[in-house]
Amino acid sequence: MTMREPNIYRTESLDAWEALGYAPDVSDLPPWDKTTIVGAGVPRIDGHDRVSGTAVYTRDLALPGMLHCAIVRSPHAHARVKRVDINAAKAMPGVHAILTTDSPEAKMPWILTGQGPMSQLLDPHCRYEGEEVAAVAADTPLQAADAARAIVVEYEKLPMVVDYEAAVKPDAPKVHERGNQLAPPRTSQRGDVEKAFATADAVVEHTFHTPCELHVPLEVHCSVAQWDSGNLAVWDSTQGVYAVRDSLAVAFKLPLSAVRVTSPFMGGGFGAKLELGKYTVIAAVLARQTGRAVKCALTREESLRCVGNRPANTLKLKIGARKDGTLVAIDGSILGAMGAYPSGATSSYLMLDLYTCPNVRMVDSSVLINAGQARAFRAPGYPQAAWALEQVMDELAAKLRMDPVELRLKNIPTVSQLRNNQPYTSTGLADCLRKGAEQFGWAEASKRPASKGHLRRGVGIAAGMWGSGGSPSATAIAKLYPDGSVNLNSGAADIGTGTKTVFAQVVAEELGVPVEKVRIEHADTATTQYSPSSGGSQTILVNTPAVRAAAADVKNQLLALAAEELKKDVASLSVSKGAIVIAGEDRTVPFAQLRSLAQRQQLVGVGRRAPHPPGKVALPFAAHFAEVEVNTRTGEVRVVRFVAAQDSGRVMNALTFENQVLGGVAMGIGFGLTENRVMDRVTGKLASGSWHDYKVPTAMDFPVDFTLVAVDPHDKECNSVGCKGLGEPATIPAAAAIANAVCDAIGARVYDAPITPASIVAALASKGGR
Amino acid sequence: MSDRSHRGPGDDQRVSRRGFLTTAATSAAAAAVVGAAVPAAAEPMRKADSETTHIVLNVNGRNYRLAVEPRETLIAVLRERMGLIGAKPGCERGECGACTVLIDGTTRYSCMTLAVEAQGRAITTIEGLAQGEELSTLQQAFIHEDGFQCGFCTPGQVMAAEGLLRKNASPSMDDIRLGMSGNLCRCGAYGHIFKAVQKAAATRKSGGGL
Repeated sequence: MTMREPNIYRTESLDAWEALGYAPDVSDLPPWDKTTIVGAGVPRIDGHDRVSGTAVYTRDLALPGMLHCAIVRSPHAHARVKRVDINAAKAMPGVHAILTTDSPEAKMPWILTGQGPMSQLLDPHCRYEGEEVAAVAADTPLQAADAARAIVVEYEKLPMVVDYEAAVKPDAPKVHERGNQLAPPRTSQRGDVEKAFATADAVVEHTFHTPCELHVPLEVHCSVAQWDSGNLAVWDSTQGVYAVRDSLAVAFKLPLSAVRVTSPFMGGGFGAKLELGKYTVIAAVLARQTGRAVKCALTREESLRCVGNRPANTLKLKIGARKDGTLVAIDGSILGAMGAYPSGATSSYLMLDLYTCPNVRMVDSSVLINAGQARAFRAPGYPQAAWALEQVMDELAAKLRMDPVELRLKNIPTVSQLRNNQPYTSTGLADCLRKGAEQFGWAEASKRPASKGHLRRGVGIAAGMWGSGGSPSATAIAKLYPDGSVNLNSGAADIGTGTKTVFAQVVAEELGVPVEKVRIEHADTATTQYSPSSGGSQTILVNTPAVRAAAADVKNQLLALAAEELKKDVASLSVSKGAIVIAGEDRTVPFAQLRSLAQRQQLVGVGRRAPHPPGKVALPFAAHFAEVEVNTRTGEVRVVRFVAAQDSGRVMNALTFENQVLGGVAMGIGFGLTENRVMDRVTGKLASGSWHDYKVPTAMDFPVDFTLVAVDPHDKECNSVGCKGLGEPATIPAAAAIANAVCDAIGARVYDAPITPASIVAALASKGGR
Repeated sequence: MSDRSHRGPGDDQRVSRRGFLTTAATSAAAAAVVGAAVPAAAEPMRKADSETTHIVLNVNGRNYRLAVEPRETLIAVLRERMGLIGAKPGCERGECGACTVLIDGTTRYSCMTLAVEAQGRAITTIEGLAQGEELSTLQQAFIHEDGFQCGFCTPGQVMAAEGLLRKNASPSMDDIRLGMSGNLCRCGAYGHIFKAVQKAAATRKSGGGL
């Protein structure tokens, strides 16, 4: 159930990779007790670059002689390319090279599966509007775009399907020859659901729909590729330089050492930039042909259409409980739309593990449609599952005449039922519910009489958890220089979460140097150490133990040198503020005054992360509380107040922690209220192909009254740093909390996301007047 | 203010097209570029096409003589021809605000402004806010309040806030939300952006610099 690291050329799952086991030479540090630098709201160490406009993102990169690439894409949802005419295009100014479905490179296999590749780099069989057909490299972006427009492609249109509920029918047009469902539905089951429902005092059952949501990071997908003596260098706006390197090595049949992938500053991903994209390979092919660096930056429209989404889900859910609120059974199914190629499309994890329930049956199935392929998107499957589960929980509470917070508290698990009932290292779920409710004033707010007039207030709550504890490997290297400054080297990307700053804090804490003296080298496969991709809320929890271990390694070497030089017992020495502290003495010795350090010029420490605690499960939890105001005349919903209670273990940086939660909630507001990829069922084309039509939340949508409640269970077992993941659990329950608040406000429930003015009006009408 | 020309030799020499649909791997790359990333340099302009027109743009207080195609947007000229990468292309069609600059003190999307339209106007980009390495009060407030995550929308957010504060030195929270509503932040740092703008307004009013 762990999140698969998406990699088109790596078919084995993370579970299989985990089965490899951990590298034996891991460091084993006791957990921190109190920290002074870790946890503080240290402003980002790269803030200057980001606010001054000097940070160079891949989109900003310009290499000498660099060419620009534009891609020709299928305008049809399903078509076969009959003929490509490049005569006009190749005569246009500035054009250097053109690739088409006829080029030898076009046949590079794509989407490798056990039954062979499902596509190729430029595929004459176009399975969605936006499939790559040709590409041009030219001197300027405008010349490339001009030439791409001048390429004439003749298509034979084929029957298509973009409605995923229609795509499962036997007579639906086939997206692939193998059919639209590549695997039979997957059933996860424990106990006896039928028998258990017979013992229930209250049962709730509903069907929910969640929309297809698009990642749309502000920096579009973009790569720059350049060859040098048979080695490939790629700058890529990616969450995982190592994942991209691995796939490029396979694609170009190169040793791993011959591929260098770098991601200096990175403008957001949310899961859409975890894997190698065709645009990167196209840039590399064109770079090899022309002997020039080639940049391929997608347009915003391409980013809306072609590089991932959170798949639409249909969720059927039935839940039963006894009078006292004890859950007895959950039964349901989830259908998800993969797009034109396989990808994860659903997750029943929350139904199986969020609450104690002895009888559960969930059936997951997914289907291909003629639309852009889904990709991992911030907690893949979880916000959809929370949307359904947390709404039926609310109705169950109403039926049982129980407080919704109490109902949840009644069913808190201390073990992971999905993982052989192994205990959690810590579970702050109950604390999130209690402390969040207290901060929100839930007891009073939930008992307020229904408001009169057309502006109706309501409150809602939802809980959540994230089911991935991170990949096994991560290495970091710390170098201490004679002046007491430090270089910390890790391959992790900083996708906006503040990774670099947290790393600097960890080094500062462990090695006793000021944060300002720590320089981070990161996200470069040639020069920085292995890190798994920054996705699945794992970057900090996987890498900071390695960073801490590297700093501790340096510290131990330093203390040994100092003991010898100062003729002291090593046990009497410690580090603080860039100096050796001698127990029982007033004086301290700055690192820069140590002759033995100056002689060596540097001390190098290597750190690796330790394995997960054996027999235990370390996961983060959350509870969100929302207050909304619904205008019953217009159907508009405003989120006016929000409290997010998060158990992500230790808060590593108070500023970036809060920021991450703000962002998760903002994304939840979009998922619940505004975002919806609309496909035209007649033409199969994207109807919401702009940010005017595909609405992400703006400053007007985010509540000013927002409070974070950080619940730290002081987890001494999860890892040597004490932190758990944050990015995903910060968004999982947000939309469901809003949905429950809307129901509280208007006395009617909206089952489909996003909740639009039209759906509010319909819900009010079905209730019988306003 | 000096008049610094970014105009190149302006010859009409065409780069020869080579290697159409050839598969020969070219191992002799023009330049082995490894290590630090290089920003879009203010390199000599590529050839002047017959379609180019000569304009003068006043950017951050300096005049620049440029040859541009009439269809080129201001953001394209700032970034591709002048190497000013602060204005970001988030959508290039007036939806996200990442390319926000000030034109005669008013916020404008530089992707929706043709470079030729911007002649004779005072253009301020994010590069024009700091004094050398010393950031403006507003920029510092964004750092201290952590008013960003990935940072790609940030230059646009800062310019939108700068435009707002120039028009309204004491904005209410509603003013701030409205003033910043033309700039998308997909990371969703709005809560911290509000605080940054509030802090900058307070600091400016107390004489804490611009």
